[in-house]
Amino acid sequence: MEFVSPEGLRLDGRRPRELRRINCQLDVLSNADGSAIFEMGNTKVLAAVFGPHAVTRRSELREEGALVVCEYSMAAFSTGERRRRGKGDRRSTELSMVIRNTLEQAVITELLPRSQIDVYVQVLQADGGTRCAAINAAVLALAAAGVPLRDLVCGCAAGYLDGTPLLDLNYTEDAGGGPDLCVALAPRLDSLYLVQMDNRLPVDTFQAVMELAREGCRTISGVMRQALLEHTQRLAVARGITAAV
Amino acid sequence: MAAAGASAVTVRALVPGADVALIERVLNVHDAPSSTTFVCVGDEISTEGQEGFLRGHGTQVVDGKLVATVCGVVERVNKLIYVKTLNSRYNAEQGDVVVGRVADLAGKAWRVDLKSRQEAKLLLSAVHLPGGIQRRRNAEDELNMRSFFREGELISAEVQSVHADGSVALHTRSAKYGKLVCGQLLEVPPNLIKRQKQHFHTLEALGVELIIGCNGLVWVAPLRPDRLAAANAAAGGGAGEEDEAAAAQPPPPPSRTQLEVVCRMANAIRVLTRLYMPVYPASIMATYEAAVEGEVALADMLEPGFLEAVVAQEAQRRSSAMQE
Repeated sequence: MEFVSPEGLRLDGRRPRELRRINCQLDVLSNADGSAIFEMGNTKVLAAVFGPHAVTRRSELREEGALVVCEYSMAAFSTGERRRRGKGDRRSTELSMVIRNTLEQAVITELLPRSQIDVYVQVLQADGGTRCAAINAAVLALAAAGVPLRDLVCGCAAGYLDGTPLLDLNYTEDAGGGPDLCVALAPRLDSLYLVQMDNRLPVDTFQAVMELAREGCRTISGVMRQALLEHTQRLAVARGITAAV
Repeated sequence: MAAAGASAVTVRALVPGADVALIERVLNVHDAPSSTTFVCVGDEISTEGQEGFLRGHGTQVVDGKLVATVCGVVERVNKLIYVKTLNSRYNAEQGDVVVGRVADLAGKAWRVDLKSRQEAKLLLSAVHLPGGIQRRRNAEDELNMRSFFREGELISAEVQSVHADGSVALHTRSAKYGKLVCGQLLEVPPNLIKRQKQHFHTLEALGVELIIGCNGLVWVAPLRPDRLAAANAAAGGGAGEEDEAAAAQPPPPPSRTQLEVVCRMANAIRVLTRLYMPVYPASIMATYEAAVEGEVALADMLEPGFLEAVVAQEAQRRSSAMQE
């Protein structure tokens, strides 16, 4: 199967260094303290943040900072074939842990001692790059909930097929058997919070793919920042803090 | 038997983001200057022209630069620079009137859920004993704690103190605080509540009691004679004889009109919450009166039609306020 045509076009017509179309929606759930839907092409992820609130299990209470609890799940209708996944699904457990570790580094937990932040991430439509979209949606929801963050952390994935580094793989490209590198970057601090890779890649090619993924993160961060600023302005207008321009 | 089709089912279309689009459309006032700076997480806050500055909430220092940690509006007060968020959990301050639910009983205190970062503590020694007598609480009082407040009951209280680690102590040392029964509880984002002199409002003309908790929980209930007596006692500094007599009798069940008034007030507050507008007595009354004058049915108050009317009224109020 040919993933990159001789003209340099991928299966969906994108260039190798092109991201899919991104759409951010904020405050989609009224119950949650913060919520967001992050769409990257056909991949659509919903995140809801509850907290910071009192710790539910007192034995896990931490005096030094907040407890971040994360749950990742895929809706039964998210993939091509309807598949009911249980909560204890190995992939879900692994991804919950991965997202939790990333978010725990992003949230300034020292400012919220003895409290708990619940983050629920659900994949509504899966087309590759779900863990990156999940991180992005969770960070948007945390920012919308007013939780202090060190930086606007973003996740992006990159791969290497047909001798070309490819940015933001969709499901077909992901299933093509090539490497899949997922990266979460804090753009201002320029530090990586997550690096995960499937398959194998020679070291010199890895540098190129890594740099591509980091570039992708920086671009996504710009888009997320814009969405958050618009949302904040809208709320401020409604509150009467400022007049709309 | 009713004829088939007599009770038609109305299906209301859900338009996501319609409320927010409405705000943008109607509250667009072009002439006002926008001197507010909006920041997002990770944005740098300029400290030019300021020799020294105090770093407030929502900021952090990275490589000698001031960076925002939350999304919001930058506020500068003298040398203090902080970022005000528009959506966050309640942060208690001493003297706040709050409405909370008893979650648990632990030792000599109740743990009260204020929808904040931590649960607040209401000590047995900080509760108002009936009759206003002051005495030391003994072991018997401790065993009878459930006779005061049980788990799951709603109470109104005042924040006595906030400790350094963020834990909150409450007190109900007045007849006006205490258990809340027979009414509606509404959850409003705490950022929409302004701290004012009075948080207890007894609207005798409407027969409604309104408690606006600083933590975002708002209580609306039909006015009962014993609550009116408590309010008068708190205001007047002493219970009058007729008030005491009224307080002694069990309250009559509320009439249908009273319940409708309570529902309408509650809906008025829901409308303000949907439109993300500040919630305080004047705005609640304005929305309530708009609904009454427009003869809007109770259920239709949350429809886009009435929401537009409320936003239009607010736009008019803002433009006339600016012209003054």
